[in-house]
Amino acid sequence: MARVAASRRSLLGHSYNLVGVVAALVIVAWTLIAIFAPYIIPHSIGDIVDDDYFGPMRQGLWLGSDYLGRDMLSRVLMGARYTVGISLAAVSIACFSGVVLGMIAAVAGGWLDTCLSRFMDAMTSIPSKLFGLVVVAAVGSSIPVLILTLAVIYIPGAYRFTRALAVNINTMDFMTVARVRGESTVYLIGSEILPNIIRPVLADFGLRFVFIVLLLSGLSFLGLGLQPPLADWGALVRENIGGLPFAAPAVIVPSLAIASLTISVNLLIDNLPQKIRDRNP
Amino acid sequence: MTSGVLNLVLKRLAIAVVTLLIVLFAVFFATNMLPGDTASMLLGQAATPEAVAGLREAMHLNDPAILRFLRWLLGLLHGDLGTSYANEMPVAALIGGRFVNTMELAGITTLLSVPLALTLGITAAMLRGSLYDRTVTVLSIGVISVPEFMVATLAVLLFAVYLRWLPALSSVNEAHSLTDLVRIYAMPVITLTFVISAQMIRMTRAAVIETLATPYVEMALLKGASRGRMVLRHALPNALGPIVNAVALSLSYLVGGVIIVETIFNYPGIAKLMVDAVATRDLPLIQSCAMIFCLGYLVLITAADIIAIMSNPRLR
Repeated sequence: MARVAASRRSLLGHSYNLVGVVAALVIVAWTLIAIFAPYIIPHSIGDIVDDDYFGPMRQGLWLGSDYLGRDMLSRVLMGARYTVGISLAAVSIACFSGVVLGMIAAVAGGWLDTCLSRFMDAMTSIPSKLFGLVVVAAVGSSIPVLILTLAVIYIPGAYRFTRALAVNINTMDFMTVARVRGESTVYLIGSEILPNIIRPVLADFGLRFVFIVLLLSGLSFLGLGLQPPLADWGALVRENIGGLPFAAPAVIVPSLAIASLTISVNLLIDNLPQKIRDRNP
Repeated sequence: MTSGVLNLVLKRLAIAVVTLLIVLFAVFFATNMLPGDTASMLLGQAATPEAVAGLREAMHLNDPAILRFLRWLLGLLHGDLGTSYANEMPVAALIGGRFVNTMELAGITTLLSVPLALTLGITAAMLRGSLYDRTVTVLSIGVISVPEFMVATLAVLLFAVYLRWLPALSSVNEAHSLTDLVRIYAMPVITLTFVISAQMIRMTRAAVIETLATPYVEMALLKGASRGRMVLRHALPNALGPIVNAVALSLSYLVGGVIIVETIFNYPGIAKLMVDAVATRDLPLIQSCAMIFCLGYLVLITAADIIAIMSNPRLR
């Protein structure tokens, strides 16, 4: 068994890294597009530039036109802003809260740990799409509501993951020494635990980002995410779904955009060197 | 079964009941946070203040929220789901037939995806590192990494647009013969099967690989057992617990999957009913649909946990 594993690694060692590099490049490209989209779009996203709807790809309209004859390239580039931006904001809030709460629970233990863990378990028992549906039904859909909802949905996952890692670190001798020295909880979680779990936590951040992109796209696809005239990639698929029978680029390109981002993040995490990805550093 | 396992299982069931209460509470309050007064919404703009006040009294809307929650809960126990705002029909009547449709969809998907995923997952683990294994792994990562609606869109493109084998929309009422029935269910079932199987293949593969790395499997290999015998007789019985756990967990993805799939294919199930209810802000209907989904989800993940507890030999 051991020999099989070793030969696999040497055989694929090089291509693994290549896949990781390509994935990282795709992620960087989408991030740059998300930041600079307003300066690089060829047409305004509201302008009707084509007499025909669901136009094919051609010179000037590189990705064809949408259901109203608007330039698809500009709309996809601007869509990157919303999909990447909202997801990044949501995953940052989710992971920050989850990681801090998880470390506090592990260090404090006792009733605080029990209450928090029970509550988080109850939260994970609500299907994520359903939670999104009910919240949108209750308070309506806007960018802050979406960010907060997505963040709340994924806090329990980040909490569970961090707590499991932090509990292991908590039993180490250096933690006992730090406690005996009389260090504060803030010092314990910030200077003793966090540096020891930061790598798996960052890998988890990436995975959760993928989940959030998928959920946001799903909600937008149902018409419950971003509301017109704003459009993220999921909303672009929704509004152009009428072009599906003619296989219009307007419905295929935003789908491909989502897939390229999520698959790249997954591949990048899968191809990180073992010591970064591993749960037990 | 020793008392230790029994205790763990009972504890898990108790947690599930408490969770259900919390979820019901959350659903009730989320839907009660809606801006706008229910009574004036029902009576319309022309209603006199007296009429609105009278209706509020009659609907017990002036009672504290906790009292209304308990009354709602009591109604649920009696099978009373309330009345839809949109068309004033009992929610139970609206949901009834739709529920059967959704369960049919979920049932057919389960029957197809479980054998498919287990076969692919186990064989991929047996042939670990081969071209076949890598193809299965890459494909399942691909399906997991894209939203469900994209799998559905690709299925429509392939089967309805290019191959013209199947209709893009489904409507159960138009089924007159067996072929009609197959054509109606095919598209939603294919999409859901892809989504569910991908998760299941990955988890099954991981479970079998983990078992294959244990010393007793190495022992079987060393004593000269064939590869097939090693996997079927030595590894699989021990991987059964984790695999069943993986199946139950994957099936809980059905809950998210049907919401998208029923909408995209216009399939008349509860998920479609709920998405429509969100659009018209029909609270009693949203509450009941959300409850049914949470209940189904909770049953599946509780089952997965209990199976994991029972199959752990250290606890047996």
